[in-house]
Amino acid sequence: MTLDRMKPGAECCVNKLTAEDRLGQRLMDLGVYPGLRLKVVRNAPLEDPMELELEGYYVSIRHEEARFVEVEQQ
Amino acid sequence: MKRKKALVALAGQPNSGKSTVFNALTGASQHVANYPGVTVEKMTGSYRHDGAKVEVVDLPGTYSLTSYSLEERVSRDFLLHEKPSLVVNVADASNLKRNLYLTFQLLELEIPVVVDLNMMDVAERRDIEIDTKELSRQLGAAVVPTAIKTGRGKKKLLESIHVASRSKQVCEPFRIDYGSMESFLSEVEERVSAETAIAASYPSRWLAVKLMEGDSEARRLARKHLLGPDEILAFVEEKRKEFESKHAEKPEKHIAFRRYQVADTISKSALKRQTVVSSQFLSDKADRFICNRFLGPVILVGVIYLLYYLSIVQGYNLTNYTWPLLAKLRSLTESILPNPGFIEEPVIRALTLWFVDSINALLNYVPIFFILFGLIAILEDSGYMPRMAFILDRLFQRFGLHGQSTLPMVLGGIYVGGCAVPAVMSCKGIPDEKARMATILTIPMLNCLAKVPLYVLLINIYFAQHKGLAMFFISTVTLLMVLPMAKILTHTVLKDKESAPFIMEMPPYHVPTIRGVLGRAVQRVWLFIRKIITIVAAIAIILFVLLLFPGLSDERKVYYSTQKDHATAKFYKKVEGNPYAEHVQGKNLMALVIYWDKYKKAKMTAKGKEAARAINKKFKEENPVFFKIVQPKKDKDAKKVTRAFKKVFSARKKLLREIKKEKIDNSFLGRLGQAMVPFTQWAGFNWRVNVSLLASFAAKESSVATLGALYQQEEEGESLEKRMEKGEEGFTPLHGLALMLFMALYPPCVATSIMIKVQTGQIRWLIFSMIVPTVLGIFVATLVFSGGNLLGLSGLQAMFAFYGLALATTIGTGFVKNR
Repeated sequence: MTLDRMKPGAECCVNKLTAEDRLGQRLMDLGVYPGLRLKVVRNAPLEDPMELELEGYYVSIRHEEARFVEVEQQ
Repeated sequence: MKRKKALVALAGQPNSGKSTVFNALTGASQHVANYPGVTVEKMTGSYRHDGAKVEVVDLPGTYSLTSYSLEERVSRDFLLHEKPSLVVNVADASNLKRNLYLTFQLLELEIPVVVDLNMMDVAERRDIEIDTKELSRQLGAAVVPTAIKTGRGKKKLLESIHVASRSKQVCEPFRIDYGSMESFLSEVEERVSAETAIAASYPSRWLAVKLMEGDSEARRLARKHLLGPDEILAFVEEKRKEFESKHAEKPEKHIAFRRYQVADTISKSALKRQTVVSSQFLSDKADRFICNRFLGPVILVGVIYLLYYLSIVQGYNLTNYTWPLLAKLRSLTESILPNPGFIEEPVIRALTLWFVDSINALLNYVPIFFILFGLIAILEDSGYMPRMAFILDRLFQRFGLHGQSTLPMVLGGIYVGGCAVPAVMSCKGIPDEKARMATILTIPMLNCLAKVPLYVLLINIYFAQHKGLAMFFISTVTLLMVLPMAKILTHTVLKDKESAPFIMEMPPYHVPTIRGVLGRAVQRVWLFIRKIITIVAAIAIILFVLLLFPGLSDERKVYYSTQKDHATAKFYKKVEGNPYAEHVQGKNLMALVIYWDKYKKAKMTAKGKEAARAINKKFKEENPVFFKIVQPKKDKDAKKVTRAFKKVFSARKKLLREIKKEKIDNSFLGRLGQAMVPFTQWAGFNWRVNVSLLASFAAKESSVATLGALYQQEEEGESLEKRMEKGEEGFTPLHGLALMLFMALYPPCVATSIMIKVQTGQIRWLIFSMIVPTVLGIFVATLVFSGGNLLGLSGLQAMFAFYGLALATTIGTGFVKNR
């Protein structure tokens, strides 16, 4: 399953990062790596982007970008 | 012995309190500039410690030191090439693990590092306890716990900086164990360090890691400094492939993941206690409302409204208090300049006053800017900005823009009455290059404050019956032109610009400090003044020359001179035999003109009876005879002179106006306006309109002022609306509508152009931003005017038709897929 399909309130664990280059680097810089546990907090008023909580801090990301993070729902 | 000046760089992730540390270290001695060649802000400052001067450079906040973003490149280049004696790494103690990710990259550069473990107070409130000794031992670098906001730990930090930047002892550099990649790294390192040239300039292990990461900057360095670069780069590429096939993982990912694993281990061993509470408990609660589906947009509109209300409305009210100061400056200048003649004005006087007027027109905005910049600083510091972007990103993204385009758009005048200068300035924070450029280039098409006077003038003449409707039309139609334009730009000229992922941290809310907010507001206003004044001055002089030269022909000069003699002769005939007549002979007549002018002006600005009495007294003392003429009371002879003088005075005024008009008609700009008629006639602009549009280039406010000079007063006190209506009998509401739309699309003013140059870094974008709106403006005006005429539409019908067209275009382009 990919991260963009997660609904608000869902908690999941990152399996794999399929993003490359800039997007991949940016995700890694913000602390997305295999084994990370994260939670989908909410979607924006117009659905996109979505807000995530990872290890105590909050990050917003477009669904289109979240497609490149493979997760496992918990 | 003179000690060497120490250079300290501040590095840290965004929201780690870096700027607070910078302020605490350097106090008031700060200086803002741009990094050479790029638009990233460079803050420098200094302080003294033990009699030695320490220079501090605040690097842009970054999560990492790759070469993917400008800020990161700038930070890394500074660390590599400027060779600071020390890096102070400001880290958020409540977020240790992620912050270590950057710390490792700094340590790998093999520059002495002091880790400032900041925001300890926040960490303690969250019940986090860190063993700094253990952390320091593991990192091989000094670790100083601080809570700089409250001043805690500052002394210790200064001491550590002092010690670390003086220490000569070379300690074993910190190494991350990259696990399965170690053997690859040592092979690459060996190849690289065989080259003495590069090994002396850059740490070889760092270069090896960067090359394995596939970092483009590292490859560039290698190409520049290595002897056989192609061979080594091919070798590295081979190793990268080998690693990937062996471990089924991209080398750059392996490196990043390993860093996190090590960060995890180290932070775990240093953390004495950590309760698993969400660290942003309160902020998260607030976001339930602020980012709520229904409440979020309402709050956003409220915040935008408040921003407008406080800066534009209240700031404008403030100018009521500051304008008299500027007016005083003008009259002060006037008083030291040579006096005008009866019909001829000394060039130095005309030029200086024109110059002061041009500068004053911009300085008048300072109160508005001050409030605006203060409010922006509050928005930035409080953490609301990322929420704005979060709420509106979807909408803007459809047009190739970015969630963070919200603030610039709001400042530029998304409704009416913004200013493009701070708007363009605030584009700096947009990480997506493509969206940033599109925002910068389209902002001048929004409704800035200076466009409003012309709108009001035209609406009052041609849409007097539908004022509200017409104002609503022009206020909102600009956004409907900006959005499609942004979309078109991002699909054409900007299509090759880099586009960045949106991913953005939503930091916890902070209460902004008064000092931080005021400091930033003052700094930015000062930057604006410094940048603008010189260039505006230059343009003002050029326009002056274009408007006043070549001037009158000798023939006309003779004509006006006889007119003058005629008027004065009439006056002398009337006062013949009057006891006051001897006092107004020859030069004295002109002296009386100036005296009269000064007296009337002084009376106009005087407030209350006391002040009026004081002015009377002063003028009486200065010249008792003239005062009699100005205030004849019951003196019959004086009254006679007064009456005659009033006639000659207004005759002079009329002559001056005629001369001014003729000079403009004859001027280079006037001729240009006439030469442009073949191109502009289809848009309904005659040469007078052309001249006023050309003269608005320096500042758009002058469009109305120039029209004022072109449409002369026939009777005293006649409004410009009346004069223009009379002066242009053939004008219809369609003319008015076309002109309004052209003004909406008018190219950016001088001040904005300079900001565009500063923010894009290239003169060609400045030229682009001038030409495109002009062409588009002529096109739209022609469409409305000629199209409306062809279809026989009334002004109002044409307005509705155009609005419908703009709306349809906006919706249509919104559905075109982004590339």
